[in-house]
Amino acid sequence: MMRWILLLAGLVLGGQALAADITVGSKADREGHMLGELFAQTLEHAGFTVDRRFGLGQTIVSWQALKGGEIDVYPEYTGTMAQALFDMPGADIETLRREAERRGVRILKPLGFNNTYALTMKASEARAMGLETISDLATAPSLKLGLSHEFIEREDGWKGLSRAYNLPQVPVGIEHGIAYQAIVDNRIDMTDAYSTDGDLDRLDLMLLKDDRHYFPEYLAVPFVRATLPDKAVDALDQLAGSITDQRMQAMNAAVSADGAGFGQVAHDFLVKQGILEAGSEVAVSTPWSRLGHDLVRHLELTLSALLLAALVGLPLSLAVYRLPKLSRTVLYVAGLLQTIPSIALLALMIPLFGIGVFPAIVALFLYSLLPIVRAAITALLTVDPLLTRVARGMGLTRREQLRHVILPLAAPNLLTGLKTAAVINIGTATLAAFIGAGGLGDPIVTGLSLNNYELVLYGAIPAAMLAIVTELIFEMLERWLIPAHMRGQVATPDNRA
Amino acid sequence: MDGETPAIECRGIHRSFEHHVLFTDLNLSLPARQVTALVGASGCGKSSLLNLMNGLLLPDQGDIRVLGEPLDYERLPAMRRNMGYAVQQIGLMPHMTVERNITLLATLAGWSASACQTRLSTLLSLMALDPALTSRYPHQISGGQAQRVGLCRAMMLNPPILLLDEAFSAVDPITRVDVHARFQDLQREEPRTVVMVTHDMREAMKLADYLVVMGPGQILQTGAPGDIAAAPINEQVRQLMEVAQ
Repeated sequence: MMRWILLLAGLVLGGQALAADITVGSKADREGHMLGELFAQTLEHAGFTVDRRFGLGQTIVSWQALKGGEIDVYPEYTGTMAQALFDMPGADIETLRREAERRGVRILKPLGFNNTYALTMKASEARAMGLETISDLATAPSLKLGLSHEFIEREDGWKGLSRAYNLPQVPVGIEHGIAYQAIVDNRIDMTDAYSTDGDLDRLDLMLLKDDRHYFPEYLAVPFVRATLPDKAVDALDQLAGSITDQRMQAMNAAVSADGAGFGQVAHDFLVKQGILEAGSEVAVSTPWSRLGHDLVRHLELTLSALLLAALVGLPLSLAVYRLPKLSRTVLYVAGLLQTIPSIALLALMIPLFGIGVFPAIVALFLYSLLPIVRAAITALLTVDPLLTRVARGMGLTRREQLRHVILPLAAPNLLTGLKTAAVINIGTATLAAFIGAGGLGDPIVTGLSLNNYELVLYGAIPAAMLAIVTELIFEMLERWLIPAHMRGQVATPDNRA
Repeated sequence: MDGETPAIECRGIHRSFEHHVLFTDLNLSLPARQVTALVGASGCGKSSLLNLMNGLLLPDQGDIRVLGEPLDYERLPAMRRNMGYAVQQIGLMPHMTVERNITLLATLAGWSASACQTRLSTLLSLMALDPALTSRYPHQISGGQAQRVGLCRAMMLNPPILLLDEAFSAVDPITRVDVHARFQDLQREEPRTVVMVTHDMREAMKLADYLVVMGPGQILQTGAPGDIAAAPINEQVRQLMEVAQ
C-alpha cells in the first residue's frame, strides 16, 4: 500500500519537477497559441528556458493561472481585461495598467493590432450592394445575419450594436465554427468575426468598418507577472508595435490554411522582424514526435486518478457496507460530483489548486469516485448473507472474512466499477488540456483552435485506442482473478449444477 | 447427566427482537461429548438458541458458558474455532474448490500443508467422499456431497463442539440415511459435543443422546430420548414424541 502511495506521489510531482525559467501560457484559441509561441521563442532567444502551457481553456483559466503564478506571461486583450477581468468597461490602457499593478501583474506595451469584434460578409456581395460600413447596414434590412450565440447575448455585442446603429435586422444564432462556411454556401449573408481572423482573407470575406467606433479596443498585449525579470520584459518589448492587423491575419492564416506549425510561423515572423537571426534553428515538434509524451502524460493523469479513487473509494464502500446508514449520504455526494460537467469541475479546481497536472488529477479522481463507490457498494451488498453468516460462524475474523469471502465474491462487480471509471477517465482526461495538464487533449485542443481535424485525430484516436486497451486489460485481469464460473454472474447460495 | 462440567451452559437468558420476546429467563446445561438435539415446532427458537451459543446472536441479558468459560464477545472468532458450524443451506464458498473450502480455517490457523492433507484425507474417508472431488468447485458436486463437504469443513479443526443447524435436512432420504451412518461412525471415532437443531423427530431419536424439547421461547423438557418418550411432561411433548414412533 505504502509503495503505491509513493509511486503516486512520484507521478504527481514528477510532472512538476522540470521547472523552466519562464512559463508561457495561452488560451485555447489559435491567435492566443500563435502569440504564445512568439513570446516563447523571443524569450528563448533572450536566453531563458521556457515551459509552454498553451491551450488553457477560456480567459478565466489563463487569468487564474497568471495570478496564481502557474504561468508568468500570456497574451491578453485590453478589451477583455476591461470587460471580464477588472470590471471597468471602457477603461483606457493607462487605467488598466494601474489596476493591473494593484493586482500584482503588469501590462506590457501593445503588440500593435486591435483584435476587436467585427461584422463580415462576402466581399463580392458587399461591393454589389454598396456596403462599406456598419452604418450602411441600415439600408439593407433583408440581409440574413447568423451570429454566434455569445455575440447575440452580450450587452456589448449585437444588443448594443443594433441600438447604436439603429439596425433593423433580426439575427439567428449560429455556431461560430461553421458560420464562414454558411456564408460561402449562401445560407447566411453576414456573421460576427474577430478582425484578425486568418480565414477572412482566404475566403474573400471583408470586414465592415465600425464607423461610429462602437466596439471597444481589443489591443493585444503581453500580460505578465510583476515579478517577471527586467531582461524578459525587455525581450518582450521588442515585439511592441510590430504586429499589425494584416500581419496577425497572415500569421493566423498561415497556421490554419497552409498547415504550417506555430513554431515555424513564429520563427519566420521573428526573423523578418530582425529579432531572430536568419538560419537559426526552430524547434519543430510534429504531432507524431509529441505522441509518446502526450500518451505518457495521459496515462499518468488517468492512472493516478484511478488509483486514488480506488484507494479512497474501496474503504469508503466498506464503511458504508458496515454502516448502511451512511450509504445514502455517500452515494448522494458521489452522484452530485458526477453531475458537475467535467469541464466545470476542472475549472473549479483552478482557484483551489492552480493549473496543471495536480488539479487535473484531483478533478478526475472526484469524477471516478462515483462509478467505483457505486459498483463497490452494489458488489458488497449482493454478497450472499448466508455466506457471510457461515464465515462468521466458522470463526473467521473480520479481516479474514473480507480477504477470503467478501472481496473475492464482490470482485466481479468491483472490477466492472474500476473498468468503468478507467474508461470514463481516459475520455475525460482529454479535457484536462484546458487547464494545462497536457495529455492527449493537447493535440485535440490545438486542433480545435486551428480547425485542423487531422490534429484532433492525433489525440482522439490514441485516446480511443487507450480506452479499448484498458477494456482488454480489465478482461484479462478478470480471467486471471476470477474462476470461470464466477464471471459475469452474481454468486448464489447454492449454485450447483 | 453426570457430574462433569457441562459443555455449554445458558443461565438466565433474555432476548427480544423488535418487540418480540424470543427468550425469557432461559436456563440450560448440555452434556459434554454427547449428541444433543434441539427439537420443537418451527418458530419456537431452536436456531436462535443455537446462534446464542456461538455468538451469532447476542443475549440482552444472561450468561453463556462454553466448556466452563464465559463466552467472550471480544474474541468470538477464536471461541468459534472450538465450535464447528454447519447449516441446512450449507453455504460452501462458490469461489473456492472443495479442498479449499474444507481446509481454509486450518490454513488460517497456521497448519502446515501436510497436516492439512492428513486431516483432509481422514475426513474424506470418514464421510466416504471421493478424493477426486477436492479439486472441484461446489457447483460441480451433488447436494449430498456438498452436505458432507460442509460437515468436513465444520470438523476440520477437530473442534470439541459441533453446532449443526438442520445440517442433514437438505438431502434426499436415501442420502440422508447414508450421512446419518457416517455421522454416527464419526461420533464413535471422535466423540465430541454435538448440538443439533432438527425439525425431524425421527432423526433426533436416532442420533441424539440428549433431547431438549422446546415450546415457543421456552424449554419444555430435557433428558434422554427414552426417558422423555416414557414420561412426557405435558400433552405438547407427548404429541411431539408420538411423531417419532
